[in-house]
Amino acid sequence: MRLLTHNMLSSNIKGVTDGFPLKIEAGKVVEKEVDMNTDFLKNIFTKIEWKPFVEAAKTLGYSELPEDVDPSLLDSQDFLTKFHHALLEIHLEEGALVCPETGRKFPVSKGIPNMLLHEDEV
Amino acid sequence: MTPKIADIRLVASHPEVYEPCDDSFALVDALLADRMNLLQLEPKMCLEIGCGSGYVITSLALILEQDTNSSVHCFATDINPDAVEVTSATLKAHGVHAEVMNMDIASALEDRLSGLVDVVVVNPPYVPTPEDEVGAGGIVAAWAGGEDGRSVIDRILPVADKLLSEKGWLYMLTLAANKPSELCGLMRKKGYASKIIVQRSTEEESLHVIKFWRDPDSEVQIKKTMANRGSPTSIFSRLSRLSFSGHGNANSK
Ligand SMILES: C[S@@+](CC[C@H](N)C(=O)[O-])C[C@H]1O[C@@H](n2cnc3c(N)ncnc32)[C@H](O)[C@@H]1O
Repeated sequence: MRLLTHNMLSSNIKGVTDGFPLKIEAGKVVEKEVDMNTDFLKNIFTKIEWKPFVEAAKTLGYSELPEDVDPSLLDSQDFLTKFHHALLEIHLEEGALVCPETGRKFPVSKGIPNMLLHEDEV
Repeated sequence: MTPKIADIRLVASHPEVYEPCDDSFALVDALLADRMNLLQLEPKMCLEIGCGSGYVITSLALILEQDTNSSVHCFATDINPDAVEVTSATLKAHGVHAEVMNMDIASALEDRLSGLVDVVVVNPPYVPTPEDEVGAGGIVAAWAGGEDGRSVIDRILPVADKLLSEKGWLYMLTLAANKPSELCGLMRKKGYASKIIVQRSTEEESLHVIKFWRDPDSEVQIKKTMANRGSPTSIFSRLSRLSFSGHGNANSK
């Protein structure tokens, strides 16, 4: 699971009002290289919730991202390289995503998050 | 160059996971038929709901990869835990990537991905069955569609509407028994135009792939049509004819 995906997932257990962002319990983390595409990064940048993204990256052991950002950074090659790496190349293989309100754990196994809810949660 | 799609010999399998079948092939044929438009759309995010073996999302990723200038991020969900693993293996065997997730429809993505998805593809469980078979899990969830095969489809449509971006498209496979004309009508009320882009009739079933896209005139038009009591627009008449043409044995899937 990429951090881009983490940034798009929330806990939707019945009664939970703000299920975003999910906390991460990191077990195994892997890196897989992919080609960088600047257009894609510029497009996605505005859709990323930055603080949770920085936190998630730190949890997975990457702390090179700036705490605060503005669109002018998109002209910096250095920033784009780091953004690209954190967004697309770091994968959570084993671990869990944790609902921020209830503490309910959603397991991540073989890189696949299991977001299925139990009957009493829907 | 012939466009690349998933190689059936490289598709992973599991006894509890739906194997690529006529419906899967029809959906990929539709994506191929619409390939030029898809490349022009330059989608940034795509999603398959109910990915099963991964045959469709892998094909979509391969089709979009051929346009080297753009980069696309694909998501795939399935309610069946075995299916998400099989999809993962199929993607890997083809050297493409999609983010695979185990969930009901797109429940954990709906909030954050709202309005961001440019292409949604769905081959839903569409076979008319008793309602209690829906959501039974495993391989049964691959086909069990409840009354008129519509139980899951009717839950997917509003989700797709929520997720699709302004320029977004939905490709949905349906069976004649699902009353595709009614589906188009439902989507029309949400402001979508629609078109059948692939039609396939076998002795057993009559399949259509319908493409939906946001059309600002769509709502206006339906009001006009009703006001004039004029002839319905072409898709309606075509579809209602089609939906009578092949209801065959709907349970045969
Ligand atoms: C007809 S199969 C299609 C599989 C594959 N996409 C293909 O075309 O070969 C339908 C798939 O939808 C999945 N499914 C059924 N209900 C679902 C739900 N509520 N949420 C997500 N996936 C679901 C099934 O597990 C199955 O894999």
